[in-house]
Amino acid sequence: MPVGGRKQPPVATELENATVTSSLSGREWELPGMWNRMFESRVLSGYTTSELARISSLPGGESIEWCYGCGKCVPVCPVDLVGEYGPRKLHRKAQTGVNLLGDADLWMCTTCGNCLRVCPKEVDMIQIMPAAREAAVTDGIMPPELQDVFEKTFRQSNCLGENPRRRHAWTKGAGVPVRILASDPRPVDVLFYVEDYWSYHPRGQQAAQAFARIADAVGVDWAILGAEEKTLGDSQRTAGEKGLFEALMEDVVATLGKYTFNRIVTPDPHGFNALRKVYPTYGHNFDVLHYTQLLAPLIDRAEWAGSVEAKVTFHDPCYLGRHNGEYDAPRRLLASIPGVELVEMSRCRENGYCCGGGGGGMWLDGFNSDRVTERLSERRVKEAAETGADILAVCCPYEVSRFEDAAKSTGNEHLKVLDIVELIDAAMFPR
Amino acid sequence: MIAMRIVVPVKQVPDLVEELELNSEGSDIDREFVKFVANEWDEQALEEALLIKEAVGAQVSVVAFDEPDVDQTLYTALARGADDAVKLTGAGDGWLSTAERSRLLAQWLSGQSYDMVITGVQASDDLDGQLAGTLGGLLGVPHASVVVGVEPGSGSVTVTQELAGGTVVRTEIATPCVLGMQTARQAPRYAPISRIRQAMSAGGLESVEAPGDATGPADGVELLRLYPPEKAGRAEMISGDAPAVAERIVEILASKGLVKL
Repeated sequence: MPVGGRKQPPVATELENATVTSSLSGREWELPGMWNRMFESRVLSGYTTSELARISSLPGGESIEWCYGCGKCVPVCPVDLVGEYGPRKLHRKAQTGVNLLGDADLWMCTTCGNCLRVCPKEVDMIQIMPAAREAAVTDGIMPPELQDVFEKTFRQSNCLGENPRRRHAWTKGAGVPVRILASDPRPVDVLFYVEDYWSYHPRGQQAAQAFARIADAVGVDWAILGAEEKTLGDSQRTAGEKGLFEALMEDVVATLGKYTFNRIVTPDPHGFNALRKVYPTYGHNFDVLHYTQLLAPLIDRAEWAGSVEAKVTFHDPCYLGRHNGEYDAPRRLLASIPGVELVEMSRCRENGYCCGGGGGGMWLDGFNSDRVTERLSERRVKEAAETGADILAVCCPYEVSRFEDAAKSTGNEHLKVLDIVELIDAAMFPR
Repeated sequence: MIAMRIVVPVKQVPDLVEELELNSEGSDIDREFVKFVANEWDEQALEEALLIKEAVGAQVSVVAFDEPDVDQTLYTALARGADDAVKLTGAGDGWLSTAERSRLLAQWLSGQSYDMVITGVQASDDLDGQLAGTLGGLLGVPHASVVVGVEPGSGSVTVTQELAGGTVVRTEIATPCVLGMQTARQAPRYAPISRIRQAMSAGGLESVEAPGDATGPADGVELLRLYPPEKAGRAEMISGDAPAVAERIVEILASKGLVKL
């Protein structure tokens, strides 16, 4: 482990008790029996397998049965580093009859995908978790924080519950004109899908404005949907609300059908994942890029009026890297910025450590706080600080607020958290 | 056998994440681009009805006027567990006053069998709080408002009401009756979107022409003017170091007569 820390101690529940009577004095001694201290014969195979069967019978849950218990997934699980978790542990719980659908463990997986990377049996938690959660949600079981986000998403079509008609409010501060298709429906090369945090979160809006200036400067022909945009809802899907995802998808596909464009570009790796991997399974195929993939081949056109003289480390978003295989585009962009010295964290690329925001984790901070010793984002920020970097660069809209909070709570305020577009913007248009 | 029938009237109110604007006459909010959602107290009423249904069995019917975005509210109610949903059409486009609303509902209800009518104690748009009482009066049945719990008995229900000053009162009321719900015994349940969509594709809404006659005795209320709250005073930001700030706070408190120097 590159950074110190401690794991959440396991909760030991003593289920068995034994009373020993002295043959000399006749006194009785209460001996609490740990699970592995056997005072009488017990049946080792007496567990019900029905809970495991319940999960494996769900569409998407099948692969949980393939687990042969090697446990390779546990040390790479980001949640296990700060708690007591991991696919093998969940599998074992289900094997011994624990109802995972009613267990807090169901909601702690961030679907980061590092377990699947190392699993020799391809037990796919990225399918299992959403399937099991969907079954729980259908029964009305979910953390209240998550229910609130689902309801907001259904009502306002964004996870923040913000006014849908103010989706493009950020364009006012961009300093360059931003075309909105509803008022100018001519064909366009790039449809820029802004997604929730760049539309509404103050720090996200700053990144969106930086993107607008850069796209304008390097000559991208682009436009946004404005108030017609609805979230793609990929994290709501992985958190268990597939029905909500499908309802959103119907509306999104109908809206996209009104306009002519060559490709969709989004700053949100979760939305990117939805369009690239999930939409095609419903027969909706779009040419889709993450914004780093759009800008990397164009960055030679950038005119640098300044530089960013700083040591920068980069956090790979799980849904851009591990889930969709893109590690180089963000690094190419960073390398192109004059003055930037890129230093890698020990956990990077395929083994990047999750920020904790995926799979609904973005909305479960309170729920998870009792169950981990520190936030995943806090642990990651410590790793970033350990490199000696001045700046932690990110390219997922979830991360700026997560890591900025974590930098403060871990005493690493000196570490600035900036989106890659903010760094490019600072070097192209120094103020 | 269905033990009883509970009718839950629900109302659409503007979604408060929207920025509300007034129409040019200043007589109403501009309803054209505003999204409407279910009144939160009516959702409490539905939850209590569903809890009763789960405990002792009941047919839960939801009824609403054909107001903006009402289909989503009614299908959500069906997805939560309501047995049927009725949409009363043709009662006009604009805002219905509580008096008009209760007259129309009473006419419709008089042709229905019901043991309880449970509705929200008030609605967030007018905070009028008169629907349950007026309905009870028009129907000639007892009513209770600010209800926080309903226990059905035979031929009667025991209701718990929250009164002023932290007083709680339990009353036995003969059925049929009308109840205005403050809060249900648990938070309104989640309706999985897949279930709402199933309800939508099943299309189980019953559209019924609203009874035509909303006229009746005057409400006693005439809308004179609708306007955004006028700004009253402003916060003062106190700057300076701690002693200076403390001094200013003491000065303010003294000027309000809250401390004696």
